[in-house]
Amino acid sequence: MTLAKVMGTVVATIKSSDLEGYKLLVLQPVDPQGQPKGKTMVGLDTVQAGEGDTVLIIDEGNSSRMILGNSMAAVRTVVVGIVDRIDSGGGI
Amino acid sequence: MKLGRIIGSVMCTAKDPALEGVKLLLLQPVDEGGKAYGEAVIACDTVQAGPGDLVLWEGGREAALALTNWFNTSDATVMGIVDRVDA
Repeated sequence: MTLAKVMGTVVATIKSSDLEGYKLLVLQPVDPQGQPKGKTMVGLDTVQAGEGDTVLIIDEGNSSRMILGNSMAAVRTVVVGIVDRIDSGGGI
Repeated sequence: MKLGRIIGSVMCTAKDPALEGVKLLLLQPVDEGGKAYGEAVIACDTVQAGPGDLVLWEGGREAALALTNWFNTSDATVMGIVDRVDA
């Protein structure tokens, strides 16, 4: 899992049936200090996250398919948690 | 998934049998602001997307699963047509 910030949502009427019923979120991967890293991506929401939230994401297909309970879903990125707080005493 | 803009299509008569009947699109990856990045890719279509459309697409191993016949050679597949990005 990695951290990301929710930048917004994507609305798509015509889409694969694998995506039906899920909110699509624009995600900016961030480091533990909240600094953006890498390109944005679009993920499926499973936790009712919203714009501005720092979230936990899975960016790997097999784990995502397990979360969705659909072994054939063509999905790699899923939002699986909303971060309340990051405690980092040591160096990261 | 990622966002992309369809910038054309690719005609291919002789191709892998698993891709028969599948439209091939020329796709430019873009960010949430519509700004292009990286190189264009050839993507399989599943949603009747056309030139100019902003789309959702998946790359890598998941791209193959998006097609009806999942045992195929796709490494990029268009999975949705974007109506709106609120970001």
